[in-house]
Amino acid sequence: MSESRRINMERIQIKNIIEAMLFVSDKPLFLSEIKSVLEGPDADEIKDVIAELALEYEKQTSALRIKEIAGGYQIVTDPVLAPWLKKLYKTAGSDRLSGPSLETLAIIAYKQPATKPEIEAIRGVNVDGVLKTLIEKNLVKIMGRRETVGRPIIYGTTQEFLQYFGLNSLEELPKLEEFNFTEKDIELPEHLQKEEEAQNELSEPPQENRQP
Amino acid sequence: MSYKVKLEVFEGPLDLLLYLIKKNEIDIYDIPIATITEQYLEYLELMRMLDLNIAGEFLVIAATLIHIKSKMLLPPDEKELLPEEEEDPREELVRRLVEYKKFKEVAGILQDLEGQRKKMFTRDIPFETAPGEVFFEASLFDLITAFTRVLKDVPKEIFQEIIKDEFTVEQKVHDLLHRLVLTPAISLFELFKNAKNKTEIIATFLAVLELIRLKEVIVMQKQNFSDIEIVRNEKHRLNIE
Repeated sequence: MSESRRINMERIQIKNIIEAMLFVSDKPLFLSEIKSVLEGPDADEIKDVIAELALEYEKQTSALRIKEIAGGYQIVTDPVLAPWLKKLYKTAGSDRLSGPSLETLAIIAYKQPATKPEIEAIRGVNVDGVLKTLIEKNLVKIMGRRETVGRPIIYGTTQEFLQYFGLNSLEELPKLEEFNFTEKDIELPEHLQKEEEAQNELSEPPQENRQP
Repeated sequence: MSYKVKLEVFEGPLDLLLYLIKKNEIDIYDIPIATITEQYLEYLELMRMLDLNIAGEFLVIAATLIHIKSKMLLPPDEKELLPEEEEDPREELVRRLVEYKKFKEVAGILQDLEGQRKKMFTRDIPFETAPGEVFFEASLFDLITAFTRVLKDVPKEIFQEIIKDEFTVEQKVHDLLHRLVLTPAISLFELFKNAKNKTEIIATFLAVLELIRLKEVIVMQKQNFSDIEIVRNEKHRLNIE
């Protein structure tokens, strides 16, 4: 069955199935998930088709983009449309994580699995409250206990963490050794630089008439 | 009158040290301990004066700084004249500061990524965050710096007077809220400039901190050491309605 399907399945059809799946899914789809649905094309072929699809979206100046997030693929809206969408969803995109939250996340992302005292040693302050918030927001999870004296709880980042920051994997974060404070400025890794430029090109949405 | 202000977004002692290093344009690997210790203690004194809850961690670093300072004043021990082993007393602190600074940089990068990610919408509107987390544009230390600057400019009062509570924080909170209805933004320096004496400045400053805590206002600063603007927290207002 799968043999004959493989022969009959045209590339255009594969592409449509993948596009439909990405359209319907509300979370990033893994390559393995797509592969098991298609039952024919191998991983390389699927990657190839997705790359083609992503390029089409960009070329047609579509409102949508295909992005690799948290190790999967997801359809997202073009960032330049954000100002309008923010008006539609008033709460989305306005809440940001606090400085202490971001610092704590940064430490956990690099040092995981990390215990609370290890995080506190770096930040120099107690992190009870921040940790609790991050766990509630599902950005950090308890990974278990370290098998040492006192069996302390160890923490790590979640899949949601990658999604929240639009990262494909933790590898995308710069290496800590890259930071050198004898030089004045810290260069961002290349892929981050590009996105920052794109961000600067945003246009503003039409202003709403303000009530006096 | 005791009036404790609790700030949820409270940076630690290392953050304060980094702030002082940046402010003085100092090389992190060659910190003039005497100057930094003095400034660090000045900030602690200010925080105490404002009745801010000084976390124990701040005192630990203060003790560390004083310890390093005294060590550097002492002549090197003649008995242990092994040059390789002679350690810079600042070394351990610098190591901690550098490590902390790295993570602060990463936190900055994460913040950029967060901003970019929030511009891309997906089918499920990503991630419901608890509403109302205040985003600090100007840090507590920026506020305290502005506060010190103003205090220095106030002429010394010559007579010893007994003053009744002419200005209360409560009244200042009302004043500020009222003014913010009339104007969208108020300059912090302007506010201080119009104050009659130290008591009024302190009352005003505590009122600003209180309004931040209540999420009624947001304070913003365009660049380092520039004026600080106080604006209404519109988001909070919407949530209430």
